[in-house]
Amino acid sequence: MMSDNAVFRVCTKVLFAPIIVYGLYVQFHGDFGPGGGFQAGVIIAAAFILYGLVFGMDALRRLSPPHIVAMITALGVLIYAGVGVASMMLGGSFLDYNALDAADPAHGQHIGIILVEFGVGVTVTSVMLTLFFAFAGFGDPKATQEEGRQ
Amino acid sequence: MTSVMINIALVSLMVVVAVMVLRTRRLIPAIVMTGAYSLISAAMFVNLDAVDVAFTEAAVGAGISTVLLLAAMARLPNEEKPLKNNNLIAPIMVVSITGVLLVTAVIYLPPFGAADAPAHTHIAPRFLAESDAKLHIPNVVTTVLASYRGFDTLGETIVVFAAGLGVLLMLSGHTKTASSTAPQKPAVKSPRKVSKKQSSKTKTATSKKEQSQKTKAKKGQAS
Repeated sequence: MMSDNAVFRVCTKVLFAPIIVYGLYVQFHGDFGPGGGFQAGVIIAAAFILYGLVFGMDALRRLSPPHIVAMITALGVLIYAGVGVASMMLGGSFLDYNALDAADPAHGQHIGIILVEFGVGVTVTSVMLTLFFAFAGFGDPKATQEEGRQ
Repeated sequence: MTSVMINIALVSLMVVVAVMVLRTRRLIPAIVMTGAYSLISAAMFVNLDAVDVAFTEAAVGAGISTVLLLAAMARLPNEEKPLKNNNLIAPIMVVSITGVLLVTAVIYLPPFGAADAPAHTHIAPRFLAESDAKLHIPNVVTTVLASYRGFDTLGETIVVFAAGLGVLLMLSGHTKTASSTAPQKPAVKSPRKVSKKQSSKTKTATSKKEQSQKTKAKKGQAS
């Protein structure tokens, strides 16, 4: 899976950063417009998948090593559940964002929602990438060798 | 009225695409058409003012799942095998019974967009009233998803995580069935088998392993 076509290669290099910026916009603007962690995660993963499709799986493995991506999948869930635990520590119940800012509950809600959506985005991005690695690299002798080395 | 007309057009287009997916034997066109199907349904969601759902459908249905299916396709033959038994009575029975049940259910639903439908009279008004006024978040979908229904979304995130984990365990090559490993060089084997077979390759591998374990043990003692 790799392309020598100059149009694809140049377009991917030009589009890679804007796609990620758009993903971040969807992620952090989800309070005000359509979007949120699930959509943003998929968009950011799409940027990496585009890179992998055009420059080959080896280049993508160098850009985002599969074992690190696999670890990040758990990090998102940890952030989400961590917000819940933090609100418990601050005297509220689990995932009660009002407790995050005792003086201004609405502000607490903002903090909680942004953090929780971030956790969702992190998990969705890395799971989508993991799925792509698993499907596109399945049976690929290089991939199994690399995993053997780890 | 125009919105209803657009919806009718989009749904008819979806039916056409679905029939085309069923008719084709070549798999790549079928995958691309399922992507088109998702994109049309995303357009339908936009028309129904469900922008967030449309967003997800376009990104996941038309984008990622098409790419994943195409990536999996690289390991499969290009054409679907023709069906061996053409006995269609049972499938047609199942489909028509399900269809009749669905149509009867639709008859009992409240009319589309009715203000007094149960979905609009329970707690939705509270969410709509509170989200912007109390929490200062205009997008009610986000408030419901992340705050009011925070537990559900935590569960959803864990489901996504578990799905990734499952695929990783099945496809990453760490767990191998006997048939898939046969032509490859022997991977990790149980120590008993190694001692029986005495194959040179595995011997060196195990000796290396033992060495590394010894060095690890030494390091442990040193520290």
